[in-house]
Amino acid sequence: MRFFIFLGKHSLSLFSTIGRISIFTITAITRCFVPPFYPRLIARQIVEIGFYSLPVVGLTAIFTGMVLALQSYTGFARFNAEGAIANVVVLSITRELAPVLAGLMVAGRIGAAMAAEIGTMRVTEQIDALSTLSTNPFNYLVVPRIISGTIALPFLVIVADVIGVMGGYLVSVHKLGFNPTLYLQKTWEFIQPIDIISGLVKASVFGFIISLLGCYHGYHSEGGAQGVGRATTNAVVGASILILAANYMITEIFFSNIQ
Amino acid sequence: MTQKKNKISIKNVKKTFGSKIVLNGLNLDLFSGESLVVIGGSGTGKSVLLKNILGLLEPDSGSIKIDGSEIVGINSKEKEKTLSKIGMLFQNAALFDSLSVWENVAFPLIQGKKASKEMAKIAAFEKLKAVGLSEEVAELYPVEISGGMKKRVGLARAIVTEPEVLFFDEPTTGLDPIMGDIINDLIVSCVKTLGATALSITHDMASAFKIADRIAMLYQGKIIWVGETKDIRNTGNDYVEQFINGRANGPIKMEFRQI
Repeated sequence: MRFFIFLGKHSLSLFSTIGRISIFTITAITRCFVPPFYPRLIARQIVEIGFYSLPVVGLTAIFTGMVLALQSYTGFARFNAEGAIANVVVLSITRELAPVLAGLMVAGRIGAAMAAEIGTMRVTEQIDALSTLSTNPFNYLVVPRIISGTIALPFLVIVADVIGVMGGYLVSVHKLGFNPTLYLQKTWEFIQPIDIISGLVKASVFGFIISLLGCYHGYHSEGGAQGVGRATTNAVVGASILILAANYMITEIFFSNIQ
Repeated sequence: MTQKKNKISIKNVKKTFGSKIVLNGLNLDLFSGESLVVIGGSGTGKSVLLKNILGLLEPDSGSIKIDGSEIVGINSKEKEKTLSKIGMLFQNAALFDSLSVWENVAFPLIQGKKASKEMAKIAAFEKLKAVGLSEEVAELYPVEISGGMKKRVGLARAIVTEPEVLFFDEPTTGLDPIMGDIINDLIVSCVKTLGATALSITHDMASAFKIADRIAMLYQGKIIWVGETKDIRNTGNDYVEQFINGRANGPIKMEFRQI
């Protein structure tokens, strides 16, 4: 009997959370089209998300590209297929690793910051204050963050693509002794527009997920400092898991028919 | 027009959180131009009452009218319009910590009334002067100023749009007695200058005596006594007497159980 009570309680709370997130998402998207708009806040958030995440994302990309070249060399050398390294590096980076890893890094950096900032505003009544000052908190806080997250992440991923491929090039040319011209030629030969486009679409979706969950958990945080801490954790963990799940689904949509 | 015109009338308002009944059919009338103070112990639902009037919480049932227009159950756009008549001083001032002091005060003018930045700045400095803050303070950020100063800034922000109704949530809590008295004086003078109607909630009797024309006592979700400030010493009501004299023994039993 106790087991059923446990089961019921947890499934109810799961469904109510899903419901609340859905309502939040719908409200946020509708509010994107309802004035007032805050272009300056959007610009500020784009700088925060896009520009200030560059070092983190750049470092992640370069090391990923480097290790990718190194690992695929160990594997392909056994079949005398070292020539495929450029192919492996450029496809893995543009299709998968750049968007996913950039997404995860930004979830840690930006998702956490959004949840903490909005959560603190919630527990110190600043969000209530916004409402009493004739300012819709959704328009002022949530919408700019979601719009800039969705716009800024693809740009970050373009940079990550370039740096990641460069990392693979550096290792292949300087450590593994490949011909530089040949390597670049092979990279260009293999890459298709769809590889880059799918990566950028992913980035956009991930940016949306990160800012949505950051705002949602912050907006609904309660119970002082501890509540804000919990909101931050939930925002990062939730966004990371959703990013990985969405990544699979988008890949399925883009590539299931092609191959 | 009669002398005592209703500014806000609250009829039979109920609000529950889970199984906890916070407001249990509360009735209260606020007359135009008066200053009413609602007293009551911690956790008796004073803040919930204010939040219901401000539209931050929706009552389960009952009616709240401001200037004769109902605000329970109407859409958020109409609600926003009615509520723009109200200015609110939050318990911990709820200043936006990403904005400087003067930007906080100018916020309702720039965002709500679409005033130009220059005009809003002039008005903000004027109001800051009215609450006794110098121009140097205006450029500081909320984290850099003391609790008493924050309350003054919060007051300046609440009065900058010259609202018809002012709400004060525990205006003296967390201040030393002298600063508390200074804030009380400021409240009285601001309300007088604006000719506004004021609703305050507090458990500080010194503050209540100073700012109230009438006092209402909230207990177990209902108003159990309301009358002129001068009459509160001889109400013959045991609950009111216990509260205003601050006695541990009497008909009011404090609930020690955590919610």
